[in-house]
Amino acid sequence: MTLVLPDPETLCAKLVQQLKPQVTADTALVGIHTGGVWLAERLHAALGIVLPLGVLDISFYRDDFDKTGLHPQIKPTQIPFGVEGRHIVLVDDVLYTGRTVRGAMNELFDYGRPASISLAVLIDRGGRELPVAAQYVGANLEIPAGRMLVLDRDDNGKLRLKFDA
Amino acid sequence: MRNPQLNNNGELQHLLTIEGLPRETLTHILDTATSFVGVTAREVKKVPLLRGKTVFNLFFEASTRTRTTFEIAAKRLSADVLNLNIAVSSHTKGETLLDTVDNLSAMHADMFVVRHAQSGAPHLIANHVASHLHVVNAGDGRHAHPTQGLLDLYTIRHFKKDFTRLSVAIVGDVLHSRVARSLIHALTIMGTPDIRVIGPMTLIPAGVERMGVTVFHDLEKGLRDVDVVVMLRLQSERMRGALLPSAQEFFKCYGLTPEKLALAKPDAIVMHPGPLNRGVEIDSAVADGSHAVILSQVTFGIAVRMAVMSILAGN
Repeated sequence: MTLVLPDPETLCAKLVQQLKPQVTADTALVGIHTGGVWLAERLHAALGIVLPLGVLDISFYRDDFDKTGLHPQIKPTQIPFGVEGRHIVLVDDVLYTGRTVRGAMNELFDYGRPASISLAVLIDRGGRELPVAAQYVGANLEIPAGRMLVLDRDDNGKLRLKFDA
Repeated sequence: MRNPQLNNNGELQHLLTIEGLPRETLTHILDTATSFVGVTAREVKKVPLLRGKTVFNLFFEASTRTRTTFEIAAKRLSADVLNLNIAVSSHTKGETLLDTVDNLSAMHADMFVVRHAQSGAPHLIANHVASHLHVVNAGDGRHAHPTQGLLDLYTIRHFKKDFTRLSVAIVGDVLHSRVARSLIHALTIMGTPDIRVIGPMTLIPAGVERMGVTVFHDLEKGLRDVDVVVMLRLQSERMRGALLPSAQEFFKCYGLTPEKLALAKPDAIVMHPGPLNRGVEIDSAVADGSHAVILSQVTFGIAVRMAVMSILAGN
């Protein structure tokens, strides 16, 4: 089956339009490693967000640690603002089972109690295993289970969606 | 021969010694520790990785710092931790080492952190236990202290970045030091070009040059232009016979004073595994001075032990 994947640059522009009316001086963006961070960097610049960008590596909060062990490449989580009372937009590339988002929310709460958390994703591919929903979505795609859809970034910083082997 | 630290997939199952581990494994541990340094600086210093797991600290030899940092590392990974000071319990009632281990395994242990005065004891336990269990060597005799070697490595990388241009001097009682042995292996694996050991003839093991180090018996010559000075504790409780005239005499020749430290590079760092013998191997002016990173070693040690435990538990 061949499936034409949308251009992330177009989807990113759509997300900016959706997020723009909601952004205040108190809004913080947090990207989830690795694709979510690339996307969050774009949104952060395009929306003129004042607070520095946060990045999460949820490896310490994964629910499949007993099955798969520790991820071989963990990047440090950095939350350079106070989480307490903050309105946080979590950013990820592809929303699928919802387990990553659960891990990300658990980790955020270990930094403090946010006023709210919402979710922005480039692609919602369905297949949820947890009651998680995104408020801001670039595109909905039907993708067969077993295929891994990921965001890729080339040397020039251009984003591209692709299937992982 | 199969490396007894690795499982059938070639992953780290136990950590018994640094010797023979690939550079990528050490780098992976150090990189993972970097993420844990961030965790320990947070409001909530815990992550749920080892939730539901039980870690036994089996200390057949006295230790406060190492046991405490292993305990705090396990707790910050959300494991349940039990400390057994076996030097004063079942051992004295005649139970053998492996019987003790079998009993604790029957209590559904997931990991043993073992310190023993006998070299090879953690190895013996690792060979004996069921395949889902993990053993971490927390210091065995004169053999190895791999997590100390790794935290030293982490500290050096933190302050000096690149191992391939470094001069490192290890000073003092090298003969009795598993810390020195583990650090020499670690530095060699990372490609450190100049590793020196400095001490009196009686405290330098014969043939240590075969480990790729240069031996100095004169502290002032050995310290010249080094980037890192690692002071070892004078292990007086291990000394049998007359290896040294006196602690005062030792300090005069091998104690690190500000004057001697001035021979090293201006930005040299001073490390020490603790506990410090002030006025024996190190002068207070150095131990409390701006070159000392001894307390950073303690902080990094927790993150490094969290990294080791979580990598093992996941394999």
